[in-house]
Amino acid sequence: MLVQIIAQNIRRHRIGGLTASQRRLASARSGRICCRRQGRKVGSLVVLGSLLVLAGCSGPLSTLDAAGRGAERIATLFWWLAASAILIWVAVIGLTVYAVRLRPEPHSQRAAKLLIIGGGVALPTLVLAGYLVYGLSLLPDLLQPAPPGSLRIAVTGEQWWWRVRYLAPDGEAVELANELRLPVGEPVEVLLDSPDVIHSFWIPSLAGKLDMIPGRVNRMALEPTKTGVFQGACAEYCGTAHALMRFYVAVEEKEKFARWLARQKQPAQAAAGPLARRGQELFLANGCGACHAIRGTPAEGVIGPDLTHVGGRLSLGAGILPNEADDFLRWMARTEDLKPGVHMPSFGMLPTQHLRALAAYLDGLE
Amino acid sequence: MQGGLTMERVAEKNENLWLMVVSPGIWAAHFLLCYSTTAVWCAKVVGRDGPLGEARMAIAIYTVLALAGIGIVGWIAARRQSYGSETVPQAFDTPGERHRFLGFVTLLLSALSAVATAYVGLTALFIQTCH
Ligand code: HEC
Ligand SMILES: [Cu+2]
Repeated sequence: MLVQIIAQNIRRHRIGGLTASQRRLASARSGRICCRRQGRKVGSLVVLGSLLVLAGCSGPLSTLDAAGRGAERIATLFWWLAASAILIWVAVIGLTVYAVRLRPEPHSQRAAKLLIIGGGVALPTLVLAGYLVYGLSLLPDLLQPAPPGSLRIAVTGEQWWWRVRYLAPDGEAVELANELRLPVGEPVEVLLDSPDVIHSFWIPSLAGKLDMIPGRVNRMALEPTKTGVFQGACAEYCGTAHALMRFYVAVEEKEKFARWLARQKQPAQAAAGPLARRGQELFLANGCGACHAIRGTPAEGVIGPDLTHVGGRLSLGAGILPNEADDFLRWMARTEDLKPGVHMPSFGMLPTQHLRALAAYLDGLE
Repeated sequence: MQGGLTMERVAEKNENLWLMVVSPGIWAAHFLLCYSTTAVWCAKVVGRDGPLGEARMAIAIYTVLALAGIGIVGWIAARRQSYGSETVPQAFDTPGERHRFLGFVTLLLSALSAVATAYVGLTALFIQTCH
């Protein structure tokens, strides 16, 4: 909805096929400066600006569009802070107007002293203490680990993707990558670590962020309250491709989630059709299996993401591409262009026919 | 002529700045002590799921001691600040003025340190586990 309004606003700026800058040029040429138009332009820019700001409040990467217990608390805290910041701003500007416009004459020493000590010392101390108490009182609940018996997921921050392991109660682990699926309404324990550099795991719509620190396992409890597809990102600069280290989070009904997890446990399905079968051969022949595992085939590499069910993911390359056959092709052919610094060599030297076969094979691994 | 100091004695005295940094120093030491006590407690004694228990007691004691220390410094500072019969501002280049000015700065720093120390201590009121 917001996006539509913004688009309309932008369209309105292009009267008669001219963009705003072209019109400005035209009116400058004719030597005419129209103030009313200028005023209206400023007005609509302000509207446009605030719409853009407000649009930032929603979307798949927003804490203010909360879909988890942690994020809900954080969003409430934010709105309280925003409200009091606005109040303080109004009070300060009000005082300024009063002092400059309404009563510019000198005031009594006593009133001035009261204002400085009351408004400058006592009030900030009390307001900050109030917020400190509020913030601290939120913490025990936010830091509470998921109850024993909850689903456990180990997420490792790699350069620059996410290794995800669903840990079954019997200790068996299902390895996946770059995507999290969670059952709605259930607490989940996420165990965070990293083999080399520090990353930070953040799903703004669900909870706060937490660092992934080499040599340490940090724990986070997630409890999604709404179904939907959200996004996560690395929130701690970790190297060249840091900004391209994202992932998708799908929160699903319990049964749907259970079906998905059961499927992820299965080995890869057999390649269907001649093109995909050719792709499987090429996958092994080109050494992809040295870095990638496809369970049920001789490919058992652990350096890169597990590809057993890669075709069923919501994205490719840690949240940077959609997941269609074409995207697989682009990823293999232009890996380094799509993700500078990536630890996978580009395979652009392979004939397009081969890339197509590989893409068909991987896309079919649902 | 408060505090038994006469104008001449102030003039003779070498003012030093040490008292000024004592209160912020107490705050810093308090912070460090609270931090390291809890860190050692959680890492070595009860583990990451354990209760803060005695560590919270320790923080309460540190906080009372620290506030008492800051209070004493603040009290000394308040006496220096009100030395003589002049009031603020301390704007003149005389030993008495300097004495008062340093007292005033020390007093304000003590107030700030007291608030900061209380804020740090407040944590222990709310957080009860090593989570
Ligand atoms: C040197 C190790 C290495 C080799 C060889 C390699 N890859 Fe990769 N691959 C990686 C790494 C590392 C990533 C993760 C990159 C990132 O997102 O930062 C990756 C990512 C991928 C992805 C995206 C996975 C996802 O979850 O989105 C696909 C698909 C892929 N590789 C296919 C291939 C194919 C096909 C080959 C062979 C033609 C191949 N790779 C060869 C290391 C390798
Ligand atoms: Cu990063």
